[in-house]
Amino acid sequence: MIRERYLNLAIMLALLAVPLWAWVSDEPFTITLATRVAILALAGVGLNLALGLGGLVSLGHAAFFGLGGYAMGILAHHAQTYTPLMESPFLIEGTKSMPVIWLVAVLVSALAAFAIGLLSLRTTGVYFIMITLAFGQMFYYFTISWPAYGGEDGLSIYVRNGFPGLNTLDPIQFFGLVYGVLALVLVFSATLARSRFGLALAAARQNEERVRTVGLDAFRLRLMAFTISGAITGLAGALMADLNRFVSPTMFSWHMSGEFIVFIILGGVGRLFGPVVGAGLFIILEHILGGLSEFWMIYLGALLLAVVLFARGGLIGAFSGPEVGHD
Amino acid sequence: MTDPILDVRGVSKSFGALQASDNVSLNLRAGEIHALIGPNGAGKSTLIKQIAGNMRPDSGSIWFNGEDVTTLDTVARARRGLGRTFQISSLAMEHTVLQNVMLGALGHDGGVMRFFRPVMKDHALLNRAMAALERVGLVDQARKRTADLSHGQRRQLEVAVALTLSPKAFVMDEPMAGLGAEGSRALTGFLDTLRGEAPILLVEHDMDVVFALADRISVLVYGALIATGTADEIRANPEVRIAYLGEEEDGA
Repeated sequence: MIRERYLNLAIMLALLAVPLWAWVSDEPFTITLATRVAILALAGVGLNLALGLGGLVSLGHAAFFGLGGYAMGILAHHAQTYTPLMESPFLIEGTKSMPVIWLVAVLVSALAAFAIGLLSLRTTGVYFIMITLAFGQMFYYFTISWPAYGGEDGLSIYVRNGFPGLNTLDPIQFFGLVYGVLALVLVFSATLARSRFGLALAAARQNEERVRTVGLDAFRLRLMAFTISGAITGLAGALMADLNRFVSPTMFSWHMSGEFIVFIILGGVGRLFGPVVGAGLFIILEHILGGLSEFWMIYLGALLLAVVLFARGGLIGAFSGPEVGHD
Repeated sequence: MTDPILDVRGVSKSFGALQASDNVSLNLRAGEIHALIGPNGAGKSTLIKQIAGNMRPDSGSIWFNGEDVTTLDTVARARRGLGRTFQISSLAMEHTVLQNVMLGALGHDGGVMRFFRPVMKDHALLNRAMAALERVGLVDQARKRTADLSHGQRRQLEVAVALTLSPKAFVMDEPMAGLGAEGSRALTGFLDTLRGEAPILLVEHDMDVVFALADRISVLVYGALIATGTADEIRANPEVRIAYLGEEEDGA
């Protein structure tokens, strides 16, 4: 427990140190890589609430990632083309303001997660995996075939959106912003896990009957967890869109959902920093091995297999021992 | 005589050709321990599931505290004060012992959509949880992982979780199952004192326990109640002797 805290602190410092070093030695590409890690970690932290704490293996979290991305894409697109999003019954204009975009991204993906959860949380196990996958793919094919916002080609946003007091086009400033968001969400996630809600949700994961027998509705707990989880992943989607200044239907594809799950498994299911480690490792491997061979995923697969077979608690578990109950 | 806390009225349930509950009527009155006995396959578990809300009867109704709860689910019945324990311990095994009773305290409090304050520092809940552990003698094990408890300790914890709910009635499905002689004796003594707090519907195989504790006994055979009465009445009932107690001597 104590060891895991030190490990988490070390990870957080490392994620800060690498881009700072890159900034000093003027290597903006490395800063961008670190920003990618932080954003993907954020998406993973969102999923980990549902998957790790709630035991809800969602293969459809790309839906929320994509919705967050398109919330940014659509709002910024209208702002840069000076066309209103909607004129009647009331006027809605596009925006280039990150806080507004984040709010919209969070609300839209929370709403979608609530609706999808309402329908899919009646099922469990493989059926839940399949139905969330189906919802994710629905969004994917919809955006491909919807021409208004670029269809298959996606949308390009020429100038990164703004945040009050920051020059977001400066890589290190944008990284700082993303890092701050990740840190806040990690604190929120840790707080949630120790709250009343967290205790009940974790108990529902282990034994639904037990939770119901003390008069708590497991379905409502899971629906709430799924909604919060989707909202966080949606926020990550908006940030990713801003990093790339581009959104496309691939954000919705099930490969994306699969990657989030891979982060969590690599890092440690249900571990606070599991997705951070997982996303970091994924990007490092993609960068190093991807340069050697375009089939780098084979090595990732081998690593994943090794973790599943020999280190069930993921890398966090391998270094800090099995999880113990919160005090 | 006061109205019964729990009243099962003419409940029937069948699975295909198998009549698991056949027009069963029984009730549980304040201050009593009412034992439900019957040979294996008599339909005790099916009846308990209908009482707890896991299963809907085909016909008949179940009343709890003056209210028809037939169509309510487990969660709603638990919230109304039905404290159930399981035949096979049903606990959150990765959680600590304390976390399991805290879950019960949380169920009793009801305010579960709270996301910020740490639950394990919530003094109102902690007091309730620790009081329950104290009563079953598990305080020393509070920080242990539930999976590391002995079988007997899990049975105690199961009872402790039910206690945190301050239920209006207990429904206990074989609480002594798998306990040693000493554990069984201790729990028997405890249940004896518990009946003043809330009545207990007790499903139990151990006849010594049943005859020692029960104010009334109901005998279920092939889904139907064949007798309800005091321990002496049940002992003397010839039908019960044939259907059930005779079998007991064959080591069932």
